[in-house]
Amino acid sequence: MFDFVAFIPRAVAQSIPLLFGSTGETITQKSGNLNLGIPGVMYVGAIAGVIGGFLYERACGTADNMNPVLTILIPLLCCLLGSLLMGLLYCFLTVTLRANQNVTGLAMTTFGVGFGNFFGGSLIKLTGADVPSIALSATSNMFRKTLPLAKTTGWFGKVFLSYGFLAYTAIVISLVAAYILKRTRTGLHLRAVGESPATADAAGINITKYKYVATCVGCMIAGLGGLYYVMDYACGVWSNDAFGDRGWLAIALVIFTIWRPDVGIVSSILFGGLYILYLFIPTGMNLAVKELYKMLPYIVTIIVLIITSMRNKRENQPPASLGLSYFREER
Amino acid sequence: MDKTTPAVALRGITKTFGPVVANDHVDLDIRRGEILALLGENGSGKTTLMNMLSGIYYPDEGQIFIDGEEVSIRSPKDAFDHKIGMIHQHFKLVDVLTATENIILGLEKRGRLDLKAAARRIREICDAYGFVIDPDQKIYEMSVSQKQTVEIVKVLYRGADILILDEPTAVLTPQETDRLFAVLRSMREDGKAIVIITHKMHEVLDLSDRVAVLRKGQYIGEMATKDTNAQEMTDMMVGRSVSLNIRRPDPVDPKPRIVVEGLTVRSPEGVLKLEDVSFEIRSGEILGIAGISGSGQKELLEAIAGLQRVESGDIWYVEDDGTKDRLIGKDPLEIQKLGVALSFVPEDRLGMGLVANMDLSDNMMLRSFREGHSVFTDRKHPHDLAEKVVDELEVNTPGVSTMVRRLSGGNVQKVLVGREISSAPKVLLTAYAVRGLDINSSYTIYDLLNRQKEAGVAVVYVGEDLDVLLELADRIVVLCGGRVSGTVDGRTADKNEVGLMMTRLGGGKELA
Repeated sequence: MFDFVAFIPRAVAQSIPLLFGSTGETITQKSGNLNLGIPGVMYVGAIAGVIGGFLYERACGTADNMNPVLTILIPLLCCLLGSLLMGLLYCFLTVTLRANQNVTGLAMTTFGVGFGNFFGGSLIKLTGADVPSIALSATSNMFRKTLPLAKTTGWFGKVFLSYGFLAYTAIVISLVAAYILKRTRTGLHLRAVGESPATADAAGINITKYKYVATCVGCMIAGLGGLYYVMDYACGVWSNDAFGDRGWLAIALVIFTIWRPDVGIVSSILFGGLYILYLFIPTGMNLAVKELYKMLPYIVTIIVLIITSMRNKRENQPPASLGLSYFREER
Repeated sequence: MDKTTPAVALRGITKTFGPVVANDHVDLDIRRGEILALLGENGSGKTTLMNMLSGIYYPDEGQIFIDGEEVSIRSPKDAFDHKIGMIHQHFKLVDVLTATENIILGLEKRGRLDLKAAARRIREICDAYGFVIDPDQKIYEMSVSQKQTVEIVKVLYRGADILILDEPTAVLTPQETDRLFAVLRSMREDGKAIVIITHKMHEVLDLSDRVAVLRKGQYIGEMATKDTNAQEMTDMMVGRSVSLNIRRPDPVDPKPRIVVEGLTVRSPEGVLKLEDVSFEIRSGEILGIAGISGSGQKELLEAIAGLQRVESGDIWYVEDDGTKDRLIGKDPLEIQKLGVALSFVPEDRLGMGLVANMDLSDNMMLRSFREGHSVFTDRKHPHDLAEKVVDELEVNTPGVSTMVRRLSGGNVQKVLVGREISSAPKVLLTAYAVRGLDINSSYTIYDLLNRQKEAGVAVVYVGEDLDVLLELADRIVVLCGGRVSGTVDGRTADKNEVGLMMTRLGGGKELA
């Protein structure tokens, strides 16, 4: 019998970084910016949080001296700041200077991964540890605090209550994002900017402002995904390259959800589940089979792409001016 | 309403794009309760001038007065605040949004988004002016004229009382145009100031009260419409006297050249684009093809040129001696070698046929690069050809090594048509060859087509302007929803009859 009570919490924990990443990327793409730098942004968000947490833990010395509020707040703010800077860099290059979005994004991913690994490596040297990783267990314990009921309510607590606060934040953020996109004036304007900037401009919408804000907010949300991964999922252990290809998976998830953050909640759990399915299915010692299972999320994305392209429904297509820069006086 | 102070007064407006002076110290008055027609050739700066009123561009020099007060319009939002609304030639609408969402787009209001209330107000506006639109319909499901209605409601919703329409009739059928004009007249009665940019002289005479003329970015003059005529206005626009009659030489020894039999074409999505279309194209004759845009004109020409997959039916190429070649199944290159030239001007002018980022002579080479045996391309002949086309068709360009992208629409079209004609075709297929062109350039193109016809070429002219079709073509095939609605003689056909055939098969009476 497949053990759902064990599987679901694992799948959810796996899904939260993807959900943060895809919500952030969806908001960004709705403004017409195809930010392929999201994997890099998530790395930077993670390492920025780690640096903040590391310095605070060192300053305090022992876990008893640490203020619970500051323990959460410092890594959180560091993470948001790091991702915001990445977002500003992307916007400056693509919106203000009108550089090619694909090239900029890919460069930022390379940069972000390198940045993360460089500072991760530096911190590891500072600690002088034998293993190539840093463990911020005190900070992580704060991030992993669950509701007191989780332990006492049996399978219900395990499936629904056993997560740190960032997991619930991710779900709230995607619900709020879905509401804003669909129901508010700001969302309407944002969608118009991504579909047809010339139209939005002629309607008196400030294109540059919307692109900057959407992209930067998107990056900050995605950055939280990186923070969640280190502080909660990985129990505060940073080791280089551990985050892996989750950033790309988040971008695939944007397509899978046909640009709807609320759909992202369920589908990220599906992705997360597919991603770790190999742990729950007896594959024997054959490692190659495990790698095949890891391909599942991408295969599902390709299938969704095929289906939405075939149905050719206009609402399910990417924002029409995705990847294009806008200049009002272009002739 | 105070009639002495103009609603808008432009004084000494100058705008340059790099070395190009689009507007050179232009003065213009727009008055309330009046329809002003703004005339000028392509590139004379009409649209640029109006874009400065609507906040798309900002003038380098000059002042704008609204109701006597100097204002600065830095963005489209400023324009709305001054109650100026512009309906652009290319609609500024977001396809995946509904009419209501498009109309309220950009309006900054506190509180939550109330689409229901907005839809109610839209219905009120529609009732007041007799528009028929569904506020909840998505833009991509709408026809061109419905989209235009949305644009007009959009500016009215914002309370605009100065309306600017940039070539509003370019895509409308005669019936739709009449309806639009009725609306504009009733707005004039409301005391709104209206500016209309158009190339069609009969519309100017029909609708406007006053005419202002621009030429090469300069203000030439204005006059009351009732005191002028098409000839005078055209002369002012061009700067010299031009003949306004389209020549229609008699067909030269017409013989069937291409025979289309029962042609049926489906789009890749499975939508029927052409259904059982049969007609023939004769040498030494201009065959006009009329129809609302999207009635299958594009598919028809592409099927003949071998670019379109055909579901059923046949297309035959008939040689002078009567032997028939089957065109279906041949690839575009083989068809070209038979002498079928396609000069298709798509909506964006550059999509097919020319490469925007290549210069004139390289674009000429697109036709000839396969010739010769050397691995190196022959650059000399294309270069000479480019110079010849520039010279003969009076293309306005700094030189043949200028990128096509930098040319104005009319000049781009001259280059395209010039290249196709230079290959000495037996069949010349043209679509929208004069789309967006001013009178003078249009006449150059008509003359080119006529000269081809006199040389015995079978010319197909897909056009939008019925007046021109009726003056230029020997026979007209009318398409309606992918089917042949009828074939009429260009010399005897009546405009209204053709207009009806465009909207209903066979031109039957409108269903009540």
